[in-house]
Amino acid sequence: MAEKQKMIKVYLTGELFEVPEGSTIMMALEYAGFQLKQGVGCREGYCGACATVYREKGDYKLKGGLACQTVVSEGMAITQIPSVPAEKPIYDLNDLTPDVGTFTKLFPSVFRCVSCNSCTKACPQDIEVMDYIQAIIRGDLAKAADISFDCIRCGLCAMRCPAEIVQYNNATLARRLYGKYLAKKSPELEKRLEEIKSGKYDKEIKELKEMPHDELSKIYYKREIKIS
Amino acid sequence: MKIPYFPGCTLKTTAQNFEMSAIESAKKIGIEFIELPRWNCCGVVASLTSDDLMRHLAPVRNFLRVQEMNKQGLVENENRLLTLCSMCYNTLSLSNLRMKNDADDLQKINDFMHKEEENYDGNIEVVHFLSILEEMGFDKLAQKITKPLKDLKVASYYGCMLLRPKEVGIDDAEAPTILENFVKSLKAETVDWDAGSRCCGSYHTVNNVEIVYTLVKGIILDARKNGAEAIITSCPLCAFNLDVRQSEIKKDNPDFQTIPIFYFTQLMGIALGLNKEALGLEFNKIDAEDILKKKKLIK
Repeated sequence: MAEKQKMIKVYLTGELFEVPEGSTIMMALEYAGFQLKQGVGCREGYCGACATVYREKGDYKLKGGLACQTVVSEGMAITQIPSVPAEKPIYDLNDLTPDVGTFTKLFPSVFRCVSCNSCTKACPQDIEVMDYIQAIIRGDLAKAADISFDCIRCGLCAMRCPAEIVQYNNATLARRLYGKYLAKKSPELEKRLEEIKSGKYDKEIKELKEMPHDELSKIYYKREIKIS
Repeated sequence: MKIPYFPGCTLKTTAQNFEMSAIESAKKIGIEFIELPRWNCCGVVASLTSDDLMRHLAPVRNFLRVQEMNKQGLVENENRLLTLCSMCYNTLSLSNLRMKNDADDLQKINDFMHKEEENYDGNIEVVHFLSILEEMGFDKLAQKITKPLKDLKVASYYGCMLLRPKEVGIDDAEAPTILENFVKSLKAETVDWDAGSRCCGSYHTVNNVEIVYTLVKGIILDARKNGAEAIITSCPLCAFNLDVRQSEIKKDNPDFQTIPIFYFTQLMGIALGLNKEALGLEFNKIDAEDILKKKKLIK
């Protein structure tokens, strides 16, 4: 006979529920019957849609994390948050220059950073968020792009920032500027783009598009990834 | 001598020529700046409120880096943190003073720090490059000069941040002499004038330009009246205000006689025989080469 699933007590938006031990916050919410319409995405820790806040039993600190990646603990208090604030100017990358002046115009709030490191504390991806903000302030966009590479734009950094900086949008712009203007051009990429344009992969793409879901899934998980 | 060096944001962006000329000049006299491997903005401007401790996190984080550099062997037993920018010097110094004088505040800051391996012990000293030169001896600097700045009349502009408040000032706030001594060591002529420690208007340059415009006009007229051919400063913001606003004053008043503004290390570099490339004179707004060519100091 299968072992009985151990249950633990958690508070979801103030109400006590019993959920299976080992659940993620997202699983706990759904187990308790909440239908998630917002703050849910890929469920794999990649998309950054499910940023949430919680308190652990006996700890006054408000912690943040991804609902799909954070495992619940006994006595945890969880609440769902509305969408994360975002200062998001509209820009055309072709009109910009890869320097600090661009940030002065588009994201003046970045210069309010007081180096408290709250953003880094909040980051579920363990990115040194404050360091990339500081790199932007001194115009080192290559460094900012490098440090922020793993950002999934969940927004927890911006939520905790006392200076109301929207770190992840700054980082996105830094990476875009780096990619367009500063990064070394890749001849392999040019070649591949030519191949795509000339229709070299059209047949393969068509086959994939028409493939039944289970078959597609099978080959997806069997695929080999070459990292050179 | 190797010394931990805090560049600050301006010297990495809009005033790279100031940094370049300083680093190269220092090398010539045996001082090697070791940039903090990781640093953050100094926190401009120093917060004077008693309960706004968060503003002191930025300076203290930088002090921790100096402690780390000593542990990592990047510098040997060097508790000084060198600055070039007057504003960085002022902000870092005032925070440091508070940390040294208030054990409770230091404790609070240390408790708040996250992912820092150690506490700030309160033993770092913030120093300005000019103070290092003074300590080394301006006579010693004079001995190393290969190209004396003969006949060049230089007015020393201190601005506010180097001198005030007196607790962190590098010289007497009312009658400073350190820049004049520096000028003499380069064999240039000092100018006796009134406006040397007046305010340039500082951050009003962002949204109250007319204030800066008026102040700069007064400063330049005083320098001209007293025969100055060049003005030196150690503050990138003063340099920016004096340089950029002057060009605007000139535009409005065609008879206005401009004066080139030099970062102190640019003139130092010339006197120490640095290549023109290391000075970045072409980035100075008011033509800085003309007067130097006239005096046969550069080609």
